[in-house]
Amino acid sequence: MKRKYFATPYIIWIVGFTVLPLIAIGASALTGDDGAFTWDNVLAIAEPINRQALFFSLAIAFGCTILCILLAYPAALFLKNFRFQRKGFTIFLLVLPMWMNFILRILAWQMILSKNGILNFLLAKFGASPLAISNTWIALMIGMVYDFLPYMILPIFNAISDIDEDLIEAARDLGAGGGEVFRKVIFPLSVPGMLSGIVMVFVPAMTSFVIADILGGGKLQLIGNIIEQEFMKSMNWHLGAGLSISLMVLVLVGLAFTLRNDMEDGGTAIW
Amino acid sequence: MVRVKNAFMKCYLALVLLFLYAPIFVLIVLSFNDSRSRVTWGGFTLRWYGSLLSNRQILEALETTLFLGLGSAAAATVIGTLGAVGIQAMRKKGYRVVMSLTNIPILNADIVTGIALMLWFVRFIPLGFGSVMIAHITFNIPYVILSVMPKLKSLNLSIYEAARDLGAGGVYAFFHIVLPQIGSGILAGFFMALTMSMDDFVITYFTKGAGVNTLSTMIYGEIRKGIKPEMYALSTLLFAVIFVILLVFNALSGKGKNTEDVIERSR
Amino acid sequence: MNRKAVCAALIAAGILALGGCGKAEPTEYLTVFNYGEYMDPDVIDQFTEETGIGIKYEEALTPEELYAKYSSGAIDYDLVCSADYMIQRLIEEGEAQKVDFSSMEYAGNIGDRFWEFSQAFDPNNEYALPYFYGTIGILYDTTRVKEPVDSWGVLFDGSYKNDIIMQNSQRDTFMITLKYLGYSLNTSDEGQLREAQQLLIRQKPDVQAYLVDEARDEVVAGNAAMAVVYSGEAYLGHEYNEDLAYVVPKEGSNVWIDSWIVTRHCKNPEAAAKFLDFLCREDVAEKNFEYIYYSTPNEAVVENMDEELRNDPAITPTEEDMANCEVCTQTDPEVTKLYNELWKELKAD
Repeated sequence: MKRKYFATPYIIWIVGFTVLPLIAIGASALTGDDGAFTWDNVLAIAEPINRQALFFSLAIAFGCTILCILLAYPAALFLKNFRFQRKGFTIFLLVLPMWMNFILRILAWQMILSKNGILNFLLAKFGASPLAISNTWIALMIGMVYDFLPYMILPIFNAISDIDEDLIEAARDLGAGGGEVFRKVIFPLSVPGMLSGIVMVFVPAMTSFVIADILGGGKLQLIGNIIEQEFMKSMNWHLGAGLSISLMVLVLVGLAFTLRNDMEDGGTAIW
Repeated sequence: MVRVKNAFMKCYLALVLLFLYAPIFVLIVLSFNDSRSRVTWGGFTLRWYGSLLSNRQILEALETTLFLGLGSAAAATVIGTLGAVGIQAMRKKGYRVVMSLTNIPILNADIVTGIALMLWFVRFIPLGFGSVMIAHITFNIPYVILSVMPKLKSLNLSIYEAARDLGAGGVYAFFHIVLPQIGSGILAGFFMALTMSMDDFVITYFTKGAGVNTLSTMIYGEIRKGIKPEMYALSTLLFAVIFVILLVFNALSGKGKNTEDVIERSR
Repeated sequence: MNRKAVCAALIAAGILALGGCGKAEPTEYLTVFNYGEYMDPDVIDQFTEETGIGIKYEEALTPEELYAKYSSGAIDYDLVCSADYMIQRLIEEGEAQKVDFSSMEYAGNIGDRFWEFSQAFDPNNEYALPYFYGTIGILYDTTRVKEPVDSWGVLFDGSYKNDIIMQNSQRDTFMITLKYLGYSLNTSDEGQLREAQQLLIRQKPDVQAYLVDEARDEVVAGNAAMAVVYSGEAYLGHEYNEDLAYVVPKEGSNVWIDSWIVTRHCKNPEAAAKFLDFLCREDVAEKNFEYIYYSTPNEAVVENMDEELRNDPAITPTEEDMANCEVCTQTDPEVTKLYNELWKELKAD
């Protein structure tokens, strides 16, 4: 048996439950309320309100990705230095919070950040003035970074801990200083991990809506919120499908453009 | 100097972990709150733990969640691992097409995946537990493939070819040569899939049949009137159990080979 | 080896847990679609015990969500409970089955005036059975809002900056604004709706958040001075924080009635009727009332209520409030579309 036939069950599965449903949704996106063919729903993403939400989502997803990298990179580096007995333990420590229900965790953040919340209570104890960040984009950003940070730390950590110690030793022996070892050995080898992280953070951040609803106080409109509204509130499924198909294409094109081959290669495993 | 640096690193990591665990602490505290409202403190109580044990709905939902999570993760792991092995052997073009398709469930908004699957299922099968299971397997597979693929890339294929040359069948060679080398990736994929399955709400909501409830859909239904404190108690219990298991494993394994990993061992 | 042990243990635990349940399964089932947390789970068990009919229970958060899942045809629901305007829409679309309420033993427990209210969307009382009802009003913190509140104006006059919680629901938010402007909440006049939208856009900077579910909690916790809430939520808010008060403003408001219908998919109307009758039975209705604490149209329950509850306007709306309120019956698709657009514009502003 040829090795590629191992993929047969998967191909059948993906055609049956991903490709065909997607085509069905695509067909719905290209259909108007009257059942006739139209491009309107797909092009609706360019309408002022949708465009505005799209750009806001881009800004938030971009900011969230950058913040995640900035926070995750040192964390991954330091984690490597502090090996617990096992690498697996470190990983589980990062994954464990994700096993608690997502909605419960975000509601908990709402309690932490609200005006009379836990954070302001603690700040008052230390004599600091309270923060008014609840229901603003800052709270939204905190929630997003919180939700996606493990997806950035894990692949970077994985890439870094895969680096052969001998390589680093060799660089040192050849006279490289700490900074140089990082710049010329560690960093380049961690890039694939970072790319995986970027995909795992940026893409879901573009479509998220729950965090904006709960932590953004419903005042901030991401493109995900608009799609959700079209499906759940306005009951305009054609438009919802159209918007999400165009969003998907935009994200795909954007990723293909910036990451080229690296994304297809799958980068470094998240774990 | 080294000590200062160490202290700084420890502080930084502690802060990151604090950030990740802060909401968990809140949930734990809420589970002991003697008030049905999450925003008022009514004193310390253990009664939610008691009423949790007699709450049939929550226990059923827990059971469904676990069964769904373990089942879909296991199925996705099998299909996904075989898939990854096969895809890797494909030519460039086929490889690219399949890998792009693999990314679709990750790229698509959950709500679109959910509604697409619901409308799709309606044509063929009644919604029930089976339909949710299929949906979960569907969105779990990509995570397995993304975890297994990089391991496959670093796999030394010449051993496999050698085994085949020496007369081993494809299946035999797969189980004895390939599988051991990519085991860590597979396990990672399994846990990733389990995590995704347990956390999903939107897709489950649209693809489940009447009467099928997971913890996520149950919590969602409760938002309107306020989350039941039993949910906090259950979360705390789950957290505590998993955490203790982890600590025990870490302690036990620390006595043995100390740099070996729980899920990484192939290198 | 440890890895395998973990997996094995997890899977074994799952299988054991699954094997743990093995009760006698009912032969008949009703598929019931309701709001989340809108029925005491014991009531469902009790029904199955008494009649042998099993219940497959589904929950939704909003009427729109319920409609989305219902209309996809994914599941043949037998019974649906939703808001007045959604029930009206379902009736208009021919989704409801006629039910003979007069032959029911306990349907008479529902007060006459609620049948009359129902006629707004079910003119001959053939389809819909009132379940719970209430008003929409302002829940406010009396320690922070010193002057008496009696008008929606307090939300719009700019005196409580960043201290107001509005409903994250286009209907509710527009309805109260229309009422404040002196229009009918069922208006289809684009000018009036746009005027309401302009007012809401001006108000937006003062709004701390648009929330559906947590609005009550925010006032209870003191994060906001006031919130637009359903009357039942106001009662619960008062339970947690005694300083809170609820008012239905003098300009009038919306009275909502969540009702049950039997759908056209129902193959066993007798069982469905049995279920509806069961819900009207005094002890059952009381149990549900004590679980939900929304206003009940079941007069037998109201009669047995504590004096305090009966006089609480959040539990038992006064005659005056009720007379001042309108039932929402706006289901014109064109108007709904306009609502959607105006709402999106408001949110995008």
